[in-house]
Amino acid sequence: MAYPANYRYTREHEWIEVDGKTGKVGITDYAQNSLGDIVFVESPKVGAAVKKGEVFGSVESVKAVSDLYSPVTGTVTEVNEELASAPEKINSDAHASWIMKVELSDPSEVESLLSAEDYGKYIAEETGH
Amino acid sequence: MRYLPKSPAERAEMLREIGASSIDDLFATIPEEYRLQRDLNIPRQMGESEIVDYFKAAAAHNAVGYTSFLGAGAYRHYRPVIIDSLVQRGEFLTSYTPYQAEITQGTLQAIFEFQTMICELTGMDIANASMYDGSTGAAEAAMMAVRITGRDGVVVARTVHPEYREVMETYSQHQEHSANEVGYGADGRVDLAALEQMVTDKTACVLVQSPNFFGVVEDIPAIAEIAHKKGALLIVSIAEAVSLGIVRPPVEADIVSLEAQSFGVASSYGGPFCGVLAAKEKYLRQMPGRLVGETKDKDGRRGFVLTLSTREQHIRREKATSNICTNQALVALMATIFMTVYGKEGIKELAVQNLAKAQYAAKRLGENSKLLFAASPRFNEFVIETSEAPEQLNARLLENKIIGGLSLKKWYPELGNATLWCATELTGREQIDQAAAVVAESPVTASA
Amino acid sequence: MATAEQAFVGTPRKVTSHLTQNEKLSFELSSPGKKAYKLPSLDVPQVDPAQVLGEAARENTGTLPELSEIEIIRHFTRLSTWNYAIDLGMYPLGSCTMKYNPRVNEFVSRLEGIAEAHPYQPESLSQGSLQIIKLLQDCLIEITGMDAITLQPAAGAHGEFTGILLIRAYHRSKGNTRKNILIPDSAHGTNPATAAVCGYQVVNIKSNAQGGIDVAALEQMVNEDTAALMLTNPSTLGVFENEIHRIADILHAKGALLYMDGANMNALCGKTRPGDFGVDVMHLNLHKTFSTPHGGGGPGSGPVACKKILEPFLPVPVVEQGSDGQLHWNYDRPESVGRVRAFYGNFGMFVRALAYTLANGPDGLRQTTEDAVLNANYIRKKLEDVYELPYKTPSMHEVVFSDRKQLKNGVKTGDIAKRLIDYGFHPYTVSFPLIVPGALMIEPTESESREELDLFVDAMRQIAREAEENPQLVLNAPHSTRVSRLDETTAARKPVLRWKPSAE
Repeated sequence: MAYPANYRYTREHEWIEVDGKTGKVGITDYAQNSLGDIVFVESPKVGAAVKKGEVFGSVESVKAVSDLYSPVTGTVTEVNEELASAPEKINSDAHASWIMKVELSDPSEVESLLSAEDYGKYIAEETGH
Repeated sequence: MRYLPKSPAERAEMLREIGASSIDDLFATIPEEYRLQRDLNIPRQMGESEIVDYFKAAAAHNAVGYTSFLGAGAYRHYRPVIIDSLVQRGEFLTSYTPYQAEITQGTLQAIFEFQTMICELTGMDIANASMYDGSTGAAEAAMMAVRITGRDGVVVARTVHPEYREVMETYSQHQEHSANEVGYGADGRVDLAALEQMVTDKTACVLVQSPNFFGVVEDIPAIAEIAHKKGALLIVSIAEAVSLGIVRPPVEADIVSLEAQSFGVASSYGGPFCGVLAAKEKYLRQMPGRLVGETKDKDGRRGFVLTLSTREQHIRREKATSNICTNQALVALMATIFMTVYGKEGIKELAVQNLAKAQYAAKRLGENSKLLFAASPRFNEFVIETSEAPEQLNARLLENKIIGGLSLKKWYPELGNATLWCATELTGREQIDQAAAVVAESPVTASA
Repeated sequence: MATAEQAFVGTPRKVTSHLTQNEKLSFELSSPGKKAYKLPSLDVPQVDPAQVLGEAARENTGTLPELSEIEIIRHFTRLSTWNYAIDLGMYPLGSCTMKYNPRVNEFVSRLEGIAEAHPYQPESLSQGSLQIIKLLQDCLIEITGMDAITLQPAAGAHGEFTGILLIRAYHRSKGNTRKNILIPDSAHGTNPATAAVCGYQVVNIKSNAQGGIDVAALEQMVNEDTAALMLTNPSTLGVFENEIHRIADILHAKGALLYMDGANMNALCGKTRPGDFGVDVMHLNLHKTFSTPHGGGGPGSGPVACKKILEPFLPVPVVEQGSDGQLHWNYDRPESVGRVRAFYGNFGMFVRALAYTLANGPDGLRQTTEDAVLNANYIRKKLEDVYELPYKTPSMHEVVFSDRKQLKNGVKTGDIAKRLIDYGFHPYTVSFPLIVPGALMIEPTESESREELDLFVDAMRQIAREAEENPQLVLNAPHSTRVSRLDETTAARKPVLRWKPSAE
């Protein structure tokens, strides 16, 4: 699975696609693959404040829960309602299945995130390949 | 020791195969100063007949052969004998929590039936299986409401079982929420005006019991309206499950906390009982305890599994909905069998008999005492106020081999010489008449 | 379809397949008008519910099944045959102590004066119940080497909750409740969940190379904010913390307390006492160590024993002997943490646990512990050449292997567990403790004969061979059960938690 070059990534395996002052956030294909079948996504509430590096929700498989860490600081403007009834979309296409949209307080924060290339290297190290 | 399936020779042989020279080699990691070098100071090993004799003697020191009018959270209903014969099947009795679904389908399907029956009786969408009892269930329900609403205020009715309230207080003292009690009116029901004052936009939930501790059925629709107007949840605790056969279920509630002891479970000096939480479907993810769900196997056959276990402690650890692990599974099975035996018609017929017995008992006992909250709807319990102090009255009743009503002095001193009585389908007319006669013989004349 | 013989690389010695009966849900069997009850004739005037209850009267009872008695007997009997159970064979779930549940326990708990005792009966008419409670308390205090006890908690996790409340009350009495509870990464999930419920922050401690507490690291971590360490001993690896007293000393030096999770007390009874090695408070699981039945997940009972310093905080009420020689409940305990349950706890389990204790006596309890440890070490010896033993530390009542060797053929601990079912055994505990990747946690208990152990060893060795020679056989197991592996993903994504009548 290719990691889109226009996205930025975290070491906790979230991606963000920034468009001006807003960003869509999801989890990477690597993350969905290691979690297995996703059965539930706990999204934040619209209007909630999120902070870079802090938990904004969680994803669950049958026997594991994984916290979601926000790549940026800002305010949640929208959550992907579709995932409530079809969390499996993340398994089928993680990079198209955004979980929340955030209005960024400080767009420059994005620069400290990993590029697709760096993220690819990072997970290669993680898996020892 | 008769439970141990090994001969001395086998033990010696096994030790040899392990490469240990004596059993103490296997305990060598325990520092020597902590190894017990003597026998435990407990009773010597007994034969089975001696054990039976010991417990028979103990049983004889309890109240055998008495007529009892006690209820108050532990109810005496007839327990169909098939319950005990079925739950003593080793496959139910000696099986663990059904984590390995392929070889625990029996327990799993029975729990699925239990969840369905509880939903049907309470009017809720989902039910767990199970909580320890009604008191801890109430406490867990309140914590659940705090999580759902993100608020911290809990309003509890004083008409809730006093020991349930004590347990809730113990649970809440280290949580960040505050509990307030709302009183009752002259009708023995929650004081609605006071409740209206007390519920604010910081209130997570209102918790009431119905039938309440006095046996009075609360006005659930009115209480629900007050709670919901402020965005608070309504939790209804039900201590007498048989009431559901004839009392309107609390469909307006968000969470129902049921004590299922009445469904075929012996009073057994207060436990084991069986708590259950039932709720509206939207609160599923905040529900503590185990849940069984229907699914299919690889070949498309129907089967059942424990599901949504990410809520639980063994996965979510400190972020779990509750720390509960072992619950009351076998007791839930007893309740399931009970509900199956009585079924749709029987549960109603049973409840109506209870209603009739309690009506008769209240009338007879009320002839020489004051029936409190007389105008309010009641199920199988009622409160009378006597001119004689409860201790004296009960002492006189005991002389007649009758255990009278429970004195309410400790918890409700404002009610004076009040006692709480319960009559069920097992209470005979003769017994009621006899108790009424003893009450009538009161040496204390009624004073104004 | 493969025949039973073809389905095995080796030969299962314990089982042959046999028929089980199909059975629908009770709701699906129901038909209107069938009855399994007959109420006594009403000897008081009939009442009109609508008149008595007014608006509170129920109109529709909802749907409960309607069946006759024979159908109900068959229904639940058929369901029962779909379960595995201790009564059928070895049930080696680590940490769960699936031992024989003596039948005399069941018999005495159903004696009329015991089963029918009402919790609010006058104390003068409850002396039998109180004697049972008092004797069990005295026995458990002696067994644990502690000073005081409460039987009120309804299960192990409830006991943990009670124990941590005692600790909190103790610290508060000293002026500061403190903030943290230390918990090893090998602990049961209930430990951190309990600490959180009691308002404490959980601080995790990494295990050392032997799977025990890293005492040097502990020394660094314990400070004035530490309320307690929650320790399971023997640990979830089945290993005794041999530096236990130093651990206690480190805690006590900083005013912190030592909580012991007594889940593994079956390794210690009659051989050593937690109270002697520095534990301040602990819970017992009567449904593990003291043979009360697990019943498909409960009821349990989780007494909490503690040292004198914690006694004032025990839940109300407590049993006391009056000057009249009678036993009483004392509710007047101003420093108590309060009640943790209505009434007095799971009394029916006290009766069973006491019957077990009396059946054993001091010699029986010691022999029981010795046999439990002997059995675990026997299994270890017989399997350590085919399964990886991640920690070589001596085992007590349970042994933890890992699936490292089988993993190279893609076979995981969960698969081996499912395959054990085909050999006629309940699986061991899978993937726990968390510090062992791919753990196989095996606790045979004392209740297994050498013959049963040998059958188990044989099955485990055959599965190891299958993992090499025909891994698919293991990966698709079980092959012999009523249902094959169930779709847990769909169950969690689209929960169906109750039966509904089909729309017709």
